[in-house]
Amino acid sequence: MSKIVDARGLSCPQPVLLALSEIKKFNKGEIVILVDTDTSKENVSRAAATQGWNVEVERVEEEYRLVLRKD
Amino acid sequence: MTSFKNFFATRWGIIAVGAIIGIFAPFLQKWGNPANMGICVACFDRDIAGALGLHRAAVVQYMRPEIIGFVLGSLITAYAFKEFRARAGSGPIVRFVLGAFAMIGALVFLGCPWRAVLRLAGGDWNAIFGLLGLIGGVWVGALFLKGGYNLGRSQKTHTSVGWLLPLIMLGFLVLMLIFPKIQGQEKSGVLFYSVKGPGSMHAPFFVSLVIGLLIGFLAQRSRFCTMGAIRDFVLFKQTHLLSGFITLVVVAFIVNLILGQFNPGFAKQPVAHTMSLWNFGGMVLAGLAFALAGGCPGRQLFLAGEGDGDAAVFVMGMIVGAGFAHNFGLASSPDGVGPYGIASVIIGLLTCLFIGFTMRKEVA
Repeated sequence: MSKIVDARGLSCPQPVLLALSEIKKFNKGEIVILVDTDTSKENVSRAAATQGWNVEVERVEEEYRLVLRKD
Repeated sequence: MTSFKNFFATRWGIIAVGAIIGIFAPFLQKWGNPANMGICVACFDRDIAGALGLHRAAVVQYMRPEIIGFVLGSLITAYAFKEFRARAGSGPIVRFVLGAFAMIGALVFLGCPWRAVLRLAGGDWNAIFGLLGLIGGVWVGALFLKGGYNLGRSQKTHTSVGWLLPLIMLGFLVLMLIFPKIQGQEKSGVLFYSVKGPGSMHAPFFVSLVIGLLIGFLAQRSRFCTMGAIRDFVLFKQTHLLSGFITLVVVAFIVNLILGQFNPGFAKQPVAHTMSLWNFGGMVLAGLAFALAGGCPGRQLFLAGEGDGDAAVFVMGMIVGAGFAHNFGLASSPDGVGPYGIASVIIGLLTCLFIGFTMRKEVA
């Protein structure tokens, strides 16, 4: 069961702030971040990658589901 | 995968964008734009307000095609890459007020973050105080963001909502074509034109428009943002956007040297004053307002081009703010701050603090 963070409709840098606070809470595992702009997709992916998390991007219609994983 | 799809979102991509802007901005000056003002989003929005007669400062009236190009270039690019998303409803009135005060702060300093670095790259050391102020303002904004400040969620909306600001810009372009500048005349049809001062200095219409479109394309792809450059470093120690911003300064400096446009010093710098405290204070206000609104004035134009109706409201706030700035004597001149400039910075800072402290509800 992964944690889901809904960052849709939030402007920069909120999605990254939310993602990083979850990353700090759970040192490993799976976190799902929902975003609705390409900018947020890139920013969250970049931030998660620098924390050593693997990012998988799924496009859901006009939005994105980012699956962050770390073992 | 992501970086493969969008080169401009990579480290080298953002550096390339900074370099291209750093080349074109000094050349725009060589081709006619005012000194150290190849591109200044605040100044150019202010000139547009003047062209429309929203203020009547005779020396700063010109419908700047660069701004029109920024928005339309971003719109075309967003469509080409399927990134156009009409969205609105995240604190529009707050964004309007922040836009107005951002403009007032920028006009006390005499430049937005883009021009601050172009002034530095041209040897205007007064810009150092402006940049320190910008960093200070963004830093305070970052503290608010850390503390939970936000303007709420935007909602997906009708496509036409996202089209309105681009259509307004298209309208401005049409007005310019119907009522072109007539040498030596203050008015052409409904539009005002400066016959002297910075508003009378501009690159050829077509050159300005094409470079504006090109930068609109590059900035939409790269998410170039001068405020974000500082904010992301303060908040996350991330240097992605910062590397683009720094590249802009370095490249613009080198190009200025080559073109003979580097004149170091404090005194008698073009469209600048030497009141260091208010160069600093004006940009604290502007930086804080940009940080609370989530983007520098350029970024707001690019966001508006890709369908962000809230960024569009910020842009309108800036244009109206420019009207207030010149009608009320808030804007500075080469002689120093305007009669009510200092008061307006203090009121603006108090307003930003009010916004920052009271809009901290956790988003569900």
